[in-house]
Amino acid sequence: MHTGRHAAEATEFELRFSLTQGSFTIAPDLAAAARAIALFGPSGSGKTSILEAIAGLRTPQRGRIAVHRRVLFDTETRTSVPVRDRHVGYVPQDVLLFPHLNVRKNITYGQGLRRNSDGQGRQDVDVPDLDDLLGLTPLMDRRVAGLSGGERQRVALARALYSGPDVLLLDEPLAAVDLARRRLVLDALIAIRDRLRIPLVYVTHSPDEARAIADYAIVLDEGKVVAAGAPEEVLGKEVGGRR
Amino acid sequence: MQSEILTIALFTTAAALAATVVMLPPGIALAWVLARYRFRGKAVVETLASLPLVMPPVATGLLLLWLVGRRGPVGRLLEPLGIEIVFTPAAVVLAMAIMGLPLLVRTARAGFEQVTRRYEQMAETLGARPWRVFRTVTLPLASRNILAGALLGFTRALGEFGATIVVAGSIPGRTRTLAVGIYTYTETGQDARAAALLVVSVALAFASVLIANRLAHVD
Repeated sequence: MHTGRHAAEATEFELRFSLTQGSFTIAPDLAAAARAIALFGPSGSGKTSILEAIAGLRTPQRGRIAVHRRVLFDTETRTSVPVRDRHVGYVPQDVLLFPHLNVRKNITYGQGLRRNSDGQGRQDVDVPDLDDLLGLTPLMDRRVAGLSGGERQRVALARALYSGPDVLLLDEPLAAVDLARRRLVLDALIAIRDRLRIPLVYVTHSPDEARAIADYAIVLDEGKVVAAGAPEEVLGKEVGGRR
Repeated sequence: MQSEILTIALFTTAAALAATVVMLPPGIALAWVLARYRFRGKAVVETLASLPLVMPPVATGLLLLWLVGRRGPVGRLLEPLGIEIVFTPAAVVLAMAIMGLPLLVRTARAGFEQVTRRYEQMAETLGARPWRVFRTVTLPLASRNILAGALLGFTRALGEFGATIVVAGSIPGRTRTLAVGIYTYTETGQDARAAALLVVSVALAFASVLIANRLAHVD
């Protein structure tokens, strides 16, 4: 599949862990090479838990998490990289922009913070290019309270990208975006994947979105991985979506 | 008489401001620890932090006198450095700070408890170390409460009497505050002076409560 979409190098993901919270257990056991992974499944199937385990905001009881051959978590070697050193750009579903900072200060919050870490971080992204890509230039001096869903999402994306992440973790990034703007955000995500070459882990319950952005899909149900592989195959088969 | 009243009013305001500055760092730290951590003896720390609110202020003053007096555990350490506290303006500030601290801690603690942990987690994912997270996310998000608590502490300090008179006395031009002045003048039959100080007290208290309420309610 040597289309333009698949030209960039794939990133190796290793997600083998067991995370129990109350009566709920999420236990993925897979390794994949992908540029964008879609985590697909109904609400409460454990998609967000996987993102938060990668980000270090939830700690599995046992297992191993590695991204880009960098081990973030491994109970066998007692490794658990601190959240701040994981180099993840996490955009939660409620985006959580800092309410006391304007758009510009939100976006640049993480800029340069990683410079003195272990040196494994990706180089800083090309910043003017990014503002342009996400259409943020006119928003810079706005307060975050007055932003629309789509604007918040783009600001949160930019904030994550300015910190120079190795991987972007996106939790239903289009859920709060009105239909008219979805294409805009989706195109920006594809550009991030291809031009900035930052791998994505993308939570969604839309098979169309999963197919549009991902080259690998994991289908979850009640904490279990029920299918994994090329989106066209696993989503077509499991959900009966269009090919 | 006017200059005497003015001196007392200015000294009291300055001492209360100094007391607020003194109580802020330990007050914020204590409020944050109480809001965020569970530890052995937390209930004891919480109780100690509230004690000046419920103890007779004179008793708190006596305790301070014992602590910072020349033979007290703290006073003994300060004496070789040439620092004496009892019956000095420093004693006024100390008494005010101790009496205002519980109000600051309670209000600031409620502020820290309202800060959503997830904002701090977002800052961490962006690469911020703990001190930076605290400085740039936690503190600003709790700032309204901290400010309101500081103002409450300040107003408490303005009116402080019991602890001040025990540990600092009523030395004219040196340790005499509004409250202590009113008492002293009333005791010695100087009613005009007492009345003048009363007017100043009411005005100062009115202004600070007005500002505190503004801070607490306006969004």
